[in-house]
Amino acid sequence: MSATETTTESALVRRLLIAAALLFLLFFLLLPLLSVFAEALPAARDGLTVGAHALGNGAVGTASRMVAAGFAEAGGRYWAAIADPDAHAAMRLTLLTAAIAVPLNLVFGLAASWAITKFDFPGKGFLVTLIDLPLSVSPVVGGLIFILLFGANGWIGPWLAAHDIQIAFAVPGIVIATTFITFPFVARELIPVMAEQGRDDEEAAVALGASGWQCFWHVTLPNVRWGLLYGVLLCTARAMGEFGAVSVISGHIRGETDTMPLEVEILYNEYNFAAAFAVASLLALLALVTLFIKSVLEWRYGTQGGGH
Amino acid sequence: MSRVAGRSVIPGFGPTLGFTLLYLSLIVLIPLSTVFVKSAGMGPQDFARAAFSSRTLAAYRLSFGAAAAAAAFNTAAGLLVAWVLVRYRFPGRRLVSAMVDLPFALPTAVAGIALTSLYSSNGLVGRLLAPLGIKAAYSPLGVVIALVFIGLPFIVRAVEPVLADLGHDVEEASASLGAGRFTTFRRVILPAVGPALLTGFALAFARGIGEYGSVIFIAGNMPFRSEIAPLRIVAQLEQFDYAGATAIATVMLVASFSLLLVINLLQIWSRKRMA
Repeated sequence: MSATETTTESALVRRLLIAAALLFLLFFLLLPLLSVFAEALPAARDGLTVGAHALGNGAVGTASRMVAAGFAEAGGRYWAAIADPDAHAAMRLTLLTAAIAVPLNLVFGLAASWAITKFDFPGKGFLVTLIDLPLSVSPVVGGLIFILLFGANGWIGPWLAAHDIQIAFAVPGIVIATTFITFPFVARELIPVMAEQGRDDEEAAVALGASGWQCFWHVTLPNVRWGLLYGVLLCTARAMGEFGAVSVISGHIRGETDTMPLEVEILYNEYNFAAAFAVASLLALLALVTLFIKSVLEWRYGTQGGGH
Repeated sequence: MSRVAGRSVIPGFGPTLGFTLLYLSLIVLIPLSTVFVKSAGMGPQDFARAAFSSRTLAAYRLSFGAAAAAAAFNTAAGLLVAWVLVRYRFPGRRLVSAMVDLPFALPTAVAGIALTSLYSSNGLVGRLLAPLGIKAAYSPLGVVIALVFIGLPFIVRAVEPVLADLGHDVEEASASLGAGRFTTFRRVILPAVGPALLTGFALAFARGIGEYGSVIFIAGNMPFRSEIAPLRIVAQLEQFDYAGATAIATVMLVASFSLLLVINLLQIWSRKRMA
């Protein structure tokens, strides 16, 4: 018996295990993903069903007409749902939120990973744990804390009210809660990559007379750019998709304080399922783009995205 | 602190650490402290009445129970997926590997409505389960299904590197001593991946107890039956009962922080065993 035979399973067991794993992933990952798009285009799905039935009866012409009609109708309704003014307002707010929260957390991630990986100081492990804190807090609590700060009875709520500044139940509250939720994403991707890079390159650059900034721009940044890109990507995906925290602190004024995930909820609760899934499908596409870029980065550079 | 850092020739320690601590305090620490300050201001009786009412106790039971059930299910399913991805080569393996991260990238509300449409009694999967008497959506089982979706990548990504690093030599040694594949799995492989499995379980469990977006659509949210603890916070807020919401949030935060401590200890233990 050869060594490989003693450390692997029979072909039958192998195939059974692969089949079991794929079946599980089919029901818990693939079908939910596909159903987002199927539910966003219900007329196309109905067209395919009726078309398949007609094809079964041998009516090829009828079948193709049914399918074409179904897709045409589905496409029209999908565009109408996405072109809706409230949906557009939600998209704008979602983009605005990400455009503020992501750069803030990017700057923080760079500063934190620089301090943590290039220097030794007591309490470093504790600091890393504190940075991960928002990941273990319920998103609902992530929204609540900013109501306790900025709400009418909150710590600085009365001062804000006296100066006519609204943060809770308004756009600034949504941005701040999203910043809290996405706080660790860039830092936790960067810290392991920068730690692996070590300090030799920077020490050499400084010895050759480079300033801190030159050292960062020309030595550190090129070394960690893929980890940085992936961190920013994850941060953006989460910022645009955050639901719990934003739902708590949003004023729920349609067209003003509703982000895309909140718009999905409103449409869904109005039983406007096709429109809800149409907006949801845009968010699902964003998730797929994120996964695609992540995979490309991993395959080309052999970098494993940091642990989660 | 600066004395220790002074040994490094690399500049920028002061500004980067200063900014890190300032930003951390402003965005995370001070906001989180509001929960503890506010609940400390409540009398013990008021706190207990708000945090431990019978309806809220039922919600904790569901949140913690469903999170534990989903994490346990994922421990088995996630180990299977990680094993297949690390050990076997099959067409589409890379695609499957990329798909495992979907729950990290897909917004939770989107996952929630997708799972609901799939597992409700007229959905693609729910239709198959209904004749068996299984009500998947709008029941506690629905909460578990949503948390299985959310927790899967935590287990797979925790176990994968350990399985990949596990040398063939220990398995060969086990086989040469006469152990069958199953015995080798049980006596050699499982103990080696044990700490990673436990870490993955704890991570998935911690995420599960606080999860909101993916659960509220599929749960049905019936009091005492399918209402999760984060939803109790939202319900108190909608009635402008901030003290009540804060009391429940305090219980959730204490649970989260205790779990975070356990996870850190597990990871230290796991790293020691790997070394």
